This record gives sequence, structure tokens and C-alpha cells, in this order.
Amino acid sequence: MVTTRQNYDNELTKLKQDLLNMGTCVSRAIKDSVTSLAQKDIELARQVIDGDDIIDKMQVDIEEKCMVLIARQQPMARDLRVLGTGLKITTDLERMGDHAYDIAKISLLIANQQLIKPLIDIPRMAGLAQKMVNDSLEAYVNLDIALAEQVCSADDEVDSLYQQMLRELLTYMMEDPRTISQATQLIFVARYLERIADHATNIAEWVIYLETGERVRMN
Amino acid sequence: MDYKIQVSKLKLYYGDVLALKKISLNVQPNSVLALIGPSGCGKSTFLKTINRMNDLVDGVKIEGEVLIDGDNIYHPNIDVVMLRKRIGMVFQRPNPFPKSIYENIAYGPKIHGLVKKNELDDVVEKSLRDAALWDEVKDRLHTSAMGLSGGQQQRLCIARLLAVEPDVLLMDEPCSALDPISTMKIEELVTELKSNYTIIMVTHNMQQAARVSDYTAFFLNGEMVEYDETDAIFTRPQDKRTEDYITGRFG
Repeated sequence: MVTTRQNYDNELTKLKQDLLNMGTCVSRAIKDSVTSLAQKDIELARQVIDGDDIIDKMQVDIEEKCMVLIARQQPMARDLRVLGTGLKITTDLERMGDHAYDIAKISLLIANQQLIKPLIDIPRMAGLAQKMVNDSLEAYVNLDIALAEQVCSADDEVDSLYQQMLRELLTYMMEDPRTISQATQLIFVARYLERIADHATNIAEWVIYLETGERVRMN
Repeated sequence: MDYKIQVSKLKLYYGDVLALKKISLNVQPNSVLALIGPSGCGKSTFLKTINRMNDLVDGVKIEGEVLIDGDNIYHPNIDVVMLRKRIGMVFQRPNPFPKSIYENIAYGPKIHGLVKKNELDDVVEKSLRDAALWDEVKDRLHTSAMGLSGGQQQRLCIARLLAVEPDVLLMDEPCSALDPISTMKIEELVTELKSNYTIIMVTHNMQQAARVSDYTAFFLNGEMVEYDETDAIFTRPQDKRTEDYITGRFG
């Protein structure tokens, strides 16, 4: 016989699985958006843009599931934290998905332009941000606090890369006003990646809360 | 901060059986403390030690201290009748006297000689108002209390307590025989009353404990496993047994 509590546990496990699926889609979208930019791959950029609707729908489904479980089970203690963090993490993931979408839009915008400089820092930043996203999801699956803390401290590196790119692109613009249009777009890309890293940090912080019940503010 | 109730190293035996294992806890004045735990865990027994209801049970032996406003209530000089006037109790099933609504309330003040006859009407009205029952019964004060609904009877029992001006209210599953609307009224009443009284409530309803109490104590097998602010107990309990109980993983 399946008890009420087992049913409830199954629902919670399923919720976690849904969040992971969403996280995988988002991580993929981030990677593809930056690849589309670096390789001027219009087709790939379009895929990212179209895929955003799927991510949005996943968020709505996860939120719905959380609300129904809250209504039906009146969760307490860890169950409550699982559902509360579920609602927060799905929002963070959705925002990351939006930023991937924004980057893909910029890919389309500058696909037919010559790049004002070789893209070195953006892929590097994207690599870091993506690792943070993946690590935060892994920390969530395994409730790995050490890994979650690692994600939080990685955010500093992304922030300093962002500052560095900002300075560099400003220099380009001052030297040659014809670069302003594209450099502005590249600054946006860097900004989106920096935001993605912030959302990954949020997820890591929620993992720590989920496991310990303590709120931490790492960045 | 002076605690209203201070319990230290309280042990209670039923014959040879140790039913309360060294319970120590302090209760803030004007707060609501909820006692939760599975049946037989000792929460009702603990509640009854606060107004010495266990004295009436054969073979009970009590060690440790219970101080109310700093006075040890197990001191031989304590007048138990006066103690129970100060520390009123509401039970699982409403137990009005088979008399009129008015008589139910007036009885306590009369036997304690608290008021003059001409002041009784005022006491009855005030008690019924404080128990949020006045508007429903003001036109039928002299009809039998047994004709009231279960929820009204329970509020009448609370009004009956308030009439003798206690300062601690003990409630032993006061809503377990009531429908949801009556339950909500009692919960609202508890929230109202805490500005004037200190309340300890035993409940099997976890959501009720979470809704109305400021502090929650979890009992298991005669032991107090965890005692903390209600917010903390229900979001981040420290003991695995508390976690398992409140999330329904017990047994």
C-alpha cells in the first residue's frame, strides 16, 4: 500500500526532477546563446529564442505544482523549505533563461557585422557562469553545501571579468565612435552573463537554506 | 523578563511509570504556548501539572518545581482551590453546567465571593463579551446552556473561566470536538485573550499550533524533545524527531 506520506514524497521528488529538467534546459540555452554569438550561428540563436517559451512553461508548471502541494499538504519544516526554495529557484532559472534569450537576440543583431574585437572574455565569462549554473544545480540535487559555497565564491571572478570587459569596451568606444553600436551590445551580453552568475549564486544560497534552515548572503 | 511560569526538572510518576522525564521550560507572560506530540507523549499530563489536576489521580508522584509568578505551586501551603481559580482549564469536550447560560457564568464569582449581587450582571456580560459569545446569547441568558451549539458551549466554558479572573488559561485540545468555523472562533479568541492571559494549549492539529501559538514544545514518550519559537519549530526544527513528527513521517 502506498501511504499518504509516500505519495507526498513522490510529489516532492517529482518536483525536484522538474526543477532539474528546467535547469538543464536553461544551462543549455545559456551555452547555445553564447555559441551563437561567437560563431555567428543564426539558426542556433533562433533555437534559443524559440526555446524560451518552453522554459517559461516549465516555470508555470513548477509554480502550479508547488501551490497545489502547499494547499493540499500544508507543508512544514523541510517539506516547507523544499517548496519555498522550489518557487524561488524556478524564478531564478526563468530569469537566466530570459538572459540567454536576450543574448541570442544580440547574436541575430550583430551576426552580419564584423566583430570589433575577437571574442575572448565573453566565452570565458560564459564558461564560468555556466559552470556556476551547473554546479548550483548539482549542489541542489546532492544537497552539497560545500559545492554551493563554492558557487557563491566563484561569483567574484565573474564580477571582476565584467568590470574588466566594461573598461575595455569603453576604451574601444572612446577610440572609435563607429564601434559604439556593437560595443554597447557586447556590454549588454557581459551584463547578462554577470546577472546569470548572480542567479546561480541565489540558487546556491537557497540550497544552503534548504539543507540548514539558515539564510546566508554570500555575495 | 520575568517568566509567568517556570518549570524545572519536573518528573511525574504514575505508580512506577515515569510519565514526565525531567521537563524544564519557561513560559513568557501574555504568550501562547502550544504543546504537540503523539497520543500518550505526556503533553496533557504536563498541562495538568500546571494547576495540580494530577493531584486527583491515584498513585501520582511529582518531583521538581513549577513556579507561577515565582511561587512554587507544589508548596504545602498552597491553597489548591485558589490555585485552580488563578489557573483555569478548558477541556476537549465542552462541559457546561446543566443550568442557564447566566448561572454558568455567575457560579464562579458567587462561590468565590468575588462580586456583590448587583454587580453579577456586569460580570456575566463582560465575561461573555470577552469570550466573543455575548451577541449570540444576550437574548437568551436564562435558557439552558445545554441548548447551545458545541462551539458556543466551548466559548461559554471559556467565559466561565474568565469570570473568576484567572491569569493563566490551560486548554486541552479545546477544538477537537468542534467544526472548522467554531474552531476558527476559538483560535481568534485565543489570539485576543493572550493580551491579558498566558495560555498553554495542547493540540493535535499542527496547523492550529502554527497559527495561534508563539512558542511550541514537542513532547515524545514523556520527554520534551524540542521547545522553541513556533516560527522556528515549523520551518527549521533542530531535532530529527520533531521534523519527522511535524512532517507526518512518524510510525
